[in-house]
Amino acid sequence: MLVKIRLFAVARQRLGSPEVGVELPEPATVATLRTAVAEQHPALAALMPGMMVAVEGEYAAEDREIRAGQEVALIPPVSGGAVHDRRAAGNR
Amino acid sequence: MIAITDQPIDHARLTDRVRSTRAGAVCTFLGTTREVTGDRRTDHLDYEAYAGMAEKTLGDLEAEARERWALVDVAIEHRVGRVELGEISVVVAVSAPHRKQAFEACQWLMDTIKEVVPIWKKETWADGSEEWVHPGLDPTPDPPRVDRPTARPAGGVASGRRSGRLEG
Repeated sequence: MLVKIRLFAVARQRLGSPEVGVELPEPATVATLRTAVAEQHPALAALMPGMMVAVEGEYAAEDREIRAGQEVALIPPVSGGAVHDRRAAGNR
Repeated sequence: MIAITDQPIDHARLTDRVRSTRAGAVCTFLGTTREVTGDRRTDHLDYEAYAGMAEKTLGDLEAEARERWALVDVAIEHRVGRVELGEISVVVAVSAPHRKQAFEACQWLMDTIKEVVPIWKKETWADGSEEWVHPGLDPTPDPPRVDRPTARPAGGVASGRRSGRLEG
């Protein structure tokens, strides 16, 4: 399935677009999506390990399933920084 | 009350908004654009938000603060777009029966906003260079914006540098 991903800040700037399409196998998870983005969009590959993924406007854990039509976004670290654990934990 | 705006923020209006005869304490925090960070000089900042998620997350934080402290009212407003030196990028105003609650809730809200709300800051330095502030992400200054393969290894290197933070 083709999933559109919203991009912000450094990711948007590196790709030159606020949105990017990624082809995902089904069923797909956040982890699947990370791999697919890195493979299909090399400009984002170096950023992916530091990115959070949001699904339907919420931080999503790695095993969260992604379905067609959902709103998906890559979330670069915000300026307070270094709290990925807290954010991921909040959605488990 | 939560808002994201591309207009200058009226901090006095937000402070007045949370005042109440039920409150003995009002605490208002302003984040303002600092000119000098270490040996670098800032020209201006730009903020970008994932608007829908940012508003939702701010609302969740307000609700959590109201659970943790006995608050009378809360007002949070964050600016997006270009913010000049000295201008306000964020206001957190909290009222409570007593000052301890107001101080604690205001600090917790501001600290947590900077950790979890999807709003990003780009520094434009006085020398014209630009830099997104993404702690923990590859800190290398951004290359030209067109899609281009990068040879850098994944993972990046944390620099520990904290350029242009909001707080004075």
